[in-house]
Amino acid sequence: MSVTHDARIQVRSPAATAQRPAARTWPDINNPAAWIVAAILLIMPLIANGFFLIEIFATTLILGTIALSLMFLAGYGGMVSLMQLTIAGFCAYMVAVFGVSGNANISLGWPWWLAVPMALALATIFGTLGGALAVRTEGIYTIMITLAIGAAFYYFTNQNWAIFNGHTGINNVSTPHFWGVDWRADIPFYYVVLAVAALCYFAVDYISRAPFGLALQGVRDNPRRMAALGFNVNAHRVAAYAVASFIAGLAGVLQVWNYRQISPGSVSVGACIDVLIIAVVGGITRPIGPYIGALVFVLLRTFALDFLVKIGLDGNRFRLLIGLGFLAIVFWSSDGVIGLWQRWRQGHRPQSDRPGGGRSHG
Amino acid sequence: MTRFVERHPAWALIVIIAVAVALWLIFAVWPPGLEEAVGRKRVFLNALFNGITLGGLYFLVASGFTLIFGLMRNVNLAHGSLYLFGGYVGYAVSASTGSWILAFIVAFILTALVGVLLQVLVFRRMEGQDLRQTMVTIGLSIVFADLMLWACGGDFYQIQTPNWLIGPIELPLLTAVKSSGEPVYLRYPLVRLVIFLASVIIGVAMWLALNRTRIGMIIRAGVDDRDILAATGVRIQVVFVLVFALGAGLAGIAGVVGGTFQSLSPGEDIRFLLASLVVVIVGGMGSIPGAALGALIIGLAEQLGSVYIPTYAIVVTFLIMVLVLALRPQGLLARR
Repeated sequence: MSVTHDARIQVRSPAATAQRPAARTWPDINNPAAWIVAAILLIMPLIANGFFLIEIFATTLILGTIALSLMFLAGYGGMVSLMQLTIAGFCAYMVAVFGVSGNANISLGWPWWLAVPMALALATIFGTLGGALAVRTEGIYTIMITLAIGAAFYYFTNQNWAIFNGHTGINNVSTPHFWGVDWRADIPFYYVVLAVAALCYFAVDYISRAPFGLALQGVRDNPRRMAALGFNVNAHRVAAYAVASFIAGLAGVLQVWNYRQISPGSVSVGACIDVLIIAVVGGITRPIGPYIGALVFVLLRTFALDFLVKIGLDGNRFRLLIGLGFLAIVFWSSDGVIGLWQRWRQGHRPQSDRPGGGRSHG
Repeated sequence: MTRFVERHPAWALIVIIAVAVALWLIFAVWPPGLEEAVGRKRVFLNALFNGITLGGLYFLVASGFTLIFGLMRNVNLAHGSLYLFGGYVGYAVSASTGSWILAFIVAFILTALVGVLLQVLVFRRMEGQDLRQTMVTIGLSIVFADLMLWACGGDFYQIQTPNWLIGPIELPLLTAVKSSGEPVYLRYPLVRLVIFLASVIIGVAMWLALNRTRIGMIIRAGVDDRDILAATGVRIQVVFVLVFALGAGLAGIAGVVGGTFQSLSPGEDIRFLLASLVVVIVGGMGSIPGAALGALIIGLAEQLGSVYIPTYAIVVTFLIMVLVLALRPQGLLARR
């Protein structure tokens, strides 16, 4: 019993609860920073060139959305799932299988407006089934089982040639083209990604304050009491997996359109763990965290090589840099970059107020 | 044993029938109809032996993992890195000195030292916070993986099998009878058998040490209730360090074994971490017999699966895990 209690993520930091008003109707409506960020994101195509627009910002938003689905499960449900990228990858594969791609003998050639809902539905079912399996266990076991599911999917895609086309994957996936607009051209695609990311962000923010989200947070904090109050604890958890799977699936669709191909390499175990790193580095308590984490991760991934070479080190040590940064964050702030920023804003708080500083139920 | 039969007569019957069928498959000469249906007996026996010996390797990795978890509730997702580290150390030692036995000793000592450092520097600071431990060890495994890639490169290494273990031996198992009536016996690599035997001996020794000695009693008491044990005056931190050293050292030994059986390369750390996760989920967390049973099941499933249903081999392993979770979420041999 003690294991399961200890393992539940401790996200309710005093700082976070004190800052947040008890009831809000619309997120951050009085926060000027949020308006500035929104404005910058909207006029981004005027500022940034194609490389920045797609390689940095669209990729950040896609990865951030996958990490957002993990944040939703971990932050509100207390379930750390490492299979969110697997669900996104599954959805991406399904888009490629049902839609049009270069592999004519695998792809069924449906138009995108049929293939995408089908892929989303299948990905949601897949994620919900995986979740139904994972909720049988708690805490650290959840991590292990979802990691095992992710690994099994990776090896399966590598070996299966009938549907997943083995380790070459599926190439030349076609992207939507209607109303005279090529939606994969840089600027339209950026807006599509931005719209989906914003939709997911506000949906998660809304759910967290809706009765379902509040019940979910109650289940996270004290499942026994919630069960005694008449809530079906496992049903809430499985439903949370369904919501998170849908969000991850949306990101998966965007991912396959972005690269126009999907292969086992993009659902590898390392990539699954990267999603956890992104969510944790950004901050797992609030929906904005994953996007911040994703931005840090993408910037590091893109520029670490140049940076390391410039200061005279081996450029290939990018993962070392990420790993060390991740370690530092986990060691000193379990609330990620957001937590660091909040603490910095509130000046030097006493040591005992450290968020996540090891509250334990024994 | 008798209690199990009394409690679950149906399961006992199924187990007895399965064992009987397995024994018949191993010892009898296959009738031609069966050979046509599933292939040659030599292939089956080879897959069977590969599975069992691979299970021995998995047991070495997973037993250290489960021992550390069982006593200390420390989730060490850097266990795969310890495996790979042990393998590289073993390779370096055996390549420079030519001694295979020395490779085991040095790998055990060095990985045990790394384990002690991990326990003192990392885990002691975050006792009882499983999730932070998980995250920190994931971070550590990324850092270790990159450091090892830096030091050893992306090549494949294989540890040289010593001369006295090279070559197959003939086992007294019939694979077929030639048309001339001459029996054909199974030939199998000696080194794998020796290593399997060694892992059985290590497993039995561990079981005996845990169940028949005073230090084993202390460890088992610690698994059940740490605080009371500490209150009785046992220096529990010392016990923790010793168990961590043993668990890590076992991973190091397994690395040398893995480097001899198979090969060492970046990525093996994650593979063996996952294997030990699946093994302990199937067998039951914190249980040494559970690790042995889980390792045997997973090893057999992987090898038999890769021979008879190559595309779905990995799915079979996964299905076993799902089945176990559905029927006994705590694992096959967990006590709860």
